[in-house]
Parts: sequence; structure tokens; C-alpha cells
Amino acid sequence: MSIPLPVFVALPLVMAFLLPMFGKKGKDAATALANLATVSLLVLTIISAIQLSTGNDQLYVYKIGKWPIPLGINLVFDGLSSFLLLTISVVSAAAMFFSIRYMEQYTAKSKYLSLFLLMVAGMNGVVLSGDIFNLFVFLEIASLASYALVGFGCEHEELEASFKYMVLGTVSSIFILFAVALVYGNTGTLNMAYISKAIQDAGLNIGLTFALALFVVGFGLKSALVPFHAWLPDAHPSAPAPISAMLSGILIKTLGVYALARTVFNIFGVSVSIGWLLIVLGLLSMVVGVFLAVGQWDLKRLLAYHSISQMGYVVLGIGLGALILARGGNTAWASLAILGGLFHLVNHAVFKSLLFLNSGSVEMATGTRQLKQLGGLATVMPVTRATSAIASASIAGVPPFNGFWSKLIIVIATVKAGFYSLAAITVIVSLVTLISFLKVQRYVFLGELPEKLRATEENKCSMLIPMIFMACLCVLMGLLLLIPTLRESILEPAVRVLIDGLKYSTNVMNV
Amino acid sequence: MPYALCLLLFMIGLYCVVVKKNMVKIVIGIMVMEYAVNLFLVMLGFNAGGIAPIIDKTQYDPQTQQIAASFINSSVDPLPQALVLTSIVISLGSLALMISICTRTYEKYGTFDITELRRLKG
Repeated sequence: MSIPLPVFVALPLVMAFLLPMFGKKGKDAATALANLATVSLLVLTIISAIQLSTGNDQLYVYKIGKWPIPLGINLVFDGLSSFLLLTISVVSAAAMFFSIRYMEQYTAKSKYLSLFLLMVAGMNGVVLSGDIFNLFVFLEIASLASYALVGFGCEHEELEASFKYMVLGTVSSIFILFAVALVYGNTGTLNMAYISKAIQDAGLNIGLTFALALFVVGFGLKSALVPFHAWLPDAHPSAPAPISAMLSGILIKTLGVYALARTVFNIFGVSVSIGWLLIVLGLLSMVVGVFLAVGQWDLKRLLAYHSISQMGYVVLGIGLGALILARGGNTAWASLAILGGLFHLVNHAVFKSLLFLNSGSVEMATGTRQLKQLGGLATVMPVTRATSAIASASIAGVPPFNGFWSKLIIVIATVKAGFYSLAAITVIVSLVTLISFLKVQRYVFLGELPEKLRATEENKCSMLIPMIFMACLCVLMGLLLLIPTLRESILEPAVRVLIDGLKYSTNVMNV
Repeated sequence: MPYALCLLLFMIGLYCVVVKKNMVKIVIGIMVMEYAVNLFLVMLGFNAGGIAPIIDKTQYDPQTQQIAASFINSSVDPLPQALVLTSIVISLGSLALMISICTRTYEKYGTFDITELRRLKG
């Protein structure tokens, strides 16, 4: 039994270079092909995930060109990769479907589709790569596509945001490359499993510690944790709505949190100091992000600040797990904390991309996204209103929507680990989130319909389908946790990869 | 010593990115950082008086299937060079994108000064 791992990268990559050839006249054919690509990736991911969870092997390794592992490049498909791939495929399929209608207002649609697929290829590569330099290369592919997509409108704000994002993004990439070079200089290999083994044998020296610090800064910049967050509130609102959904939904998670977790847990191994560092970064992001969000009057900017805040929850959960593991505490609580973090990661991907699609729908129908100019859309845009209410309830942690379950697990884990103040802060941040989304609901959908917006109509069906799909996911995703078979086949393998930590190297070498 | 100079080059680039206000100078700073890292990678594989890592017949003993120790000790590590080649191509791509965004911004704002790009706040 084998899973065609290279297809996850090759299919979107080939499509990305094929689509610009269609030009203006073949726009519809290009759109159809791009949608076919994302949907077939989704199907393929689901099949592979089922194979992984029903098969006997913990992970699959694909050796490119059949070279044995330390010499050649390898792709590794384990529980964590499959979990992230599922998230990427779901969000990208929905965002691509949304783009069919939404991107009609821009010119050069086939170029947009091409960049979109390039970004998907880069993210799939990051998640699958078992080689640290290849991880850097895929990360650059995804980031370069995203810089171009942020500036896609080529207006004043878009260019400004794109330049800011690009400078910080490139600096973080250079830090990561520097760290890769240091790791290679100190261990003599680029394969993650062999680096991990070399570090276990020889221990951390100064060069490797410096490399770890550079990795934390680099991936922290990519995932917009608080001291490094300055680019996100400019970049995410400036992109077209489906791209905002992709950036906030999955890009910051794949390039940032996934890569950080992989490096810290599987390559360098957890320590008390790195656990505390992650907890502090997560806490800062949570608190600062949410308080900056409350005062915003631009709908998309408000959502972008909430992305920072919600990423804080993810990093807090993962960092708490690292701290408990490093202290040699109870593994059950460590895995609960990591479970909460990873579950919140996928939940945030779903509800935040839904919220950005809602904002795109509102902007398309009314032409503005300033909260003060909107109002009373509940009667004219019922579907957008309903899905947006579900997503707002999810992000604020209202039961029974998905955000509630992951926040509940994080709070339980912090209490069990003895950090009562952390638990309190988590709950307070969740309350502030609720306030801020009540404000969104009040100003966008309730109240009086302004004179200018009398003629507003609900958008076309093709824009509503992905929103309804994501809203259904928001309602149903609690089942991922509550139904034992689903939990054991999707969430727990991902958690186990991080809990096992340095066993990753022997697992890969034994395949 | 060469490593210290390389780090200095990296720091000069970082300083340029952080302090300069002209967009093009920021791009130049980024490129200086990129080259410092590339230089660092090349230096990792450097071997004084090294030879190309290609085996010829005199260095390989077919009976014992052993490679001569002199070859192993004096050949250069080829991997960093392959890495640098890849990273140069990537930095070329990002340089092209950055410069095109700079020129587009100049068309819109009429200036390269980042302190005058102030539409996004809050």
C-alpha cells in the first residue's frame, strides 16, 4: 500500500504553471481546472488520511529518486502532516470555490489562480518535507506567492501592505536560512531525523542553541506572534477576501506554528526554557491581539487582529505541552494541552476563513467594510448573516460550536497543570472576543439599514455554498473530539507525533 | 575571523533594513543579509587546498572497495554549494518581486520614502 506523496506538491505546482497560459479568453476553463485541482487534492488527502489511520504504519516515507535517506530528499507523512494537510485542503477548496465569483471584479484572474495554487503547493510541501532545507524552499514558494497575492489589487494600500509584509517575511526567511546553515555546520546533515539523532548523541552546543533561537524568531515572524506581529493587520485585510481566508486560516499556521512545533518537538527536543518561551509568546499574542482588535472599525482589520489573538491560544496549548513534557510531568496533561492547541488550530482555520469569506461577501454587496457605514444587513443578506453569526459564536467560544471545545480543553489543561492565572486569562480573553464580535454583529447586521445600502442584495449562489459548507463544519467539528473513533483517527495521531518528540528520528530511520 | 566578518556583513544588512527610510535601500539591505548567509554557507564547505569531490581511478581501490584517505581529507563538501545555488535563485525571485513592488509604489505615491506611506494605521 502506498500513498502518492509527491502528488500533493506536484499537482498544484503543475497546474500553477499551466493556468496563466489560458489568458483572458480561457478564464472559465482555468477557473474550472483550478477548482478541480483543489477538490481532487481534498479527496486525495481524505483517502490518504484514512489509509494512515487504518494502516499499521505510524508514518510513510517517500524517498525522492529512491536515494537512501540521509543522502536523498524524503517526504514524511505522519499524523501531524495528515492533520495539517486536511486543514489546508478543506480551506483551500472552500476559498477557491468562493473565488469563482468574487475574483470577477479583478482583472488577470488566471494569474490569481496560478498564485493561489503555488501557495497551496508550497504549504503542502512544508507540511510533508522531511528535509530541513526543503522545508525552507517550500516555505519560500508559499511566502513569495502570498506577497504577490497581498499586493494583487495594486492600489495604494495593497502595495504598502505588500511591501511591509515582504520586508518582514524576507528577513524571517533569511533568519531561517541562517539557522539551517548553522544546523548543517554543526551536525553535517539536513535530514530532520538525522539532525535529531545527532543532537541526541552530542547535545546542544552554542551554535545549535543560536540556530534554535533563529528558528523561533523566523517562524515567530511567519506566524505573527506578538512581538513580531506588525505586518499581519496590514497584510491580511489588504488581500482579496479568499486570500485573507487562506492567509489567516492556514498560511500563518503551516509556515509558523507547524514548522515551529516540528522544529522544537521533533528536531531539537523540548526543554523548560523553550516551553516557557512559547507560553509567554502565546500569552502576549492572546492578550495584545484581542485588545487591539476591540477598537477597530474596519471589519477585515478587526478579524486580522483576532487572528493574532487566536494564534496565541494555539501556541499557548503547544507551549504548555512542551513545558509539562520537559519537566517530566504527567504525559496525559501534556497531551491534553497539545490536543487543545492543535484542535484550536484547525477550528480557527475553519471559523476565521468563514469570517473572512463573510467579510468578502459584505464588501462585494455593499462596497464598504467600515463598520460605521454598514448596518441592518440581516434582512437583505440572510445567508451571510446566519453563517457569520455561527462563525462569531465559534470564535467567541459559545457552546456547542467548535471554538468552545478547543478553548475548554486548553482551560482544563492549564488548570490541571496548576496554572490557574493562565486559565483565568484564557477565559477573560475569550469574553473580550465575544464583546468584539457582538459589536460586529450589531454594526453590520442589526440596526437600521442606511439609505445608501437600500439596494443591497444577497450574493450569488456560488459564493454562498462555501460559506454554508464552512458553517456546517463549525457546527459539526465538535464531533471530532466527542466521537472516539474520529478522535483516535485524526486528532490523536497528530498529538502523538509531538508527544513522542525525539522518537521521530528512529521512526523515520526504521521505515 | 572570516565567520566574524560574515556576521558583521549580516549585521550591516540588518541595520540597513531597520534604519533606512528609502524603499530601495531597504531592498539592498535585505540582499546584503541574503549574501552574508550565502557566504556563510559557502564557508561551511570550504577546505583550504581542497579538491573537487570527484573520484578518479587512482583514488579508488576496486579490490578492497576503499576510497583513498587523501581524497576524503582534502575534498570539498559539495552540498553547501548546491544549497547556495538554490538560495541564490530564490533570492533572485524575491528581489524581482520586491523591486517591482517598489516601482509600482513609486508610480502611486511618487516617492520611495516609507515614512510617507501612511495609509494603513491602527
